[in-house]
Amino acid sequence: MDTTQNQRDWTSHPPLIAPGYKSTIFRGPSQNLITVPELMKPSSGPIFGLESVAPLDHDLTKNGIKNGEPLGERIVVSGRVLNQHGQPLKNTLIEVWQANAAGRYVHKRDQHHAPLDPNFFGAGRCVTNEEGIFKFYTIKPGAYPWGNHPNAWRPNHIHFSVFGPNIGTRLVTQMYFPGDPLLDYDPIYLAVPEKARERLISSFDMGLTEEGFALGYQFDIVLRGHHSTPFENE
Amino acid sequence: MNKLGQTPSQTVGPYFAYGLTPEQYKFDHTSLATPVLLDARKNSQDAIILRGKVYDLHGEAVDDAMIEIWQVDQEGKFQIKPHQGFFSIGRMGTGTIEGNWFEFTTCIPAAEKQGQAPAIHMIVFMRGLLSHVYTRVYFEDFKELNQEDPYLKLVTEERRSTLIAQKVQESPVTIYEFNLHMQGENETVFFDY
Ligand SMILES: [Fe+2]
Repeated sequence: MDTTQNQRDWTSHPPLIAPGYKSTIFRGPSQNLITVPELMKPSSGPIFGLESVAPLDHDLTKNGIKNGEPLGERIVVSGRVLNQHGQPLKNTLIEVWQANAAGRYVHKRDQHHAPLDPNFFGAGRCVTNEEGIFKFYTIKPGAYPWGNHPNAWRPNHIHFSVFGPNIGTRLVTQMYFPGDPLLDYDPIYLAVPEKARERLISSFDMGLTEEGFALGYQFDIVLRGHHSTPFENE
Repeated sequence: MNKLGQTPSQTVGPYFAYGLTPEQYKFDHTSLATPVLLDARKNSQDAIILRGKVYDLHGEAVDDAMIEIWQVDQEGKFQIKPHQGFFSIGRMGTGTIEGNWFEFTTCIPAAEKQGQAPAIHMIVFMRGLLSHVYTRVYFEDFKELNQEDPYLKLVTEERRSTLIAQKVQESPVTIYEFNLHMQGENETVFFDY
């Protein structure tokens, strides 16, 4: 067995302390992580299936409606969840949350002086199908300021939380948009090793774009793991 | 064969509450996982409370961490079907209990594999953490099993205590405390699964 293929690849992930992102300096562990031998690692875990999602969970343009349509540019985001061998991972639960079109989160602590949208909540979830494909509808999130450094702005992004076949494949990440000028200034994005950064940028996709309704963005997610992983829990 | 590159991790950020732990933070959206893994009304004998805080380098208890725990039940199985009285995944943000506690209602799991001591998997996500980190919660009651546990054996003697939950109350319900220190003298041991 290739004993390296389940490892978290630290040449793809950001380090635990990245001084450009200030709070990592006192929140990221300073000591080395303890490496766990491959055979000791947890190889199974709970699988969330379709029963974990409600009918409107994948449609953020509808799941927060109070008295009208949410404001902003409607988009559809779709992609495949794969393992590193390119095999699709079905029944993979994805949770998303994001700011509204004005760059404001419904979170009570978000003090950004931008309007809330009474018809947009900004959170949802979906599950991948047999081909590992997920799809959700939402509003393109706005950029928002933050306190990391003077005139700091987060690029437009959607937060993703992904389960996978076991605890090792757990992933929380952010999806960005192509051509966003703020990416060059964002220490969270820039903390990712250069060769891996563009994996976080979705691509505009005319094929996904729905005529008269929503622009399409494609975003594939690759979880670590070897080829037997998707079948272990069947 | 060229393997595909892993999708990089990014921080959960400060605004996860309405997406990942909405019921706890009183948002109108269902939670996939809550701080209650064990239905204590059905299993009051076995219920324990596992609580703790997340300290940063300055010794401040963090108020925007999200703690996720994964554990098998007392038979050693992962359960996520509702209505069985037990759910294998718990989540809690540290922003709703004064003092910035996380607090789970659960049970002590069976050992996951032979030769291991009972332990709960814990994942820490928060603003200021670009990649989540994994730790394991052991229980002080199982001194002999802990001594032989293969994970604890990977850790130097002096750091092992960071992985042992302490019993701080016996009744009416048993409470274990497990504090995380992200940095500093008692920095918690984190594993790279
Ligand atoms: Fe964000």
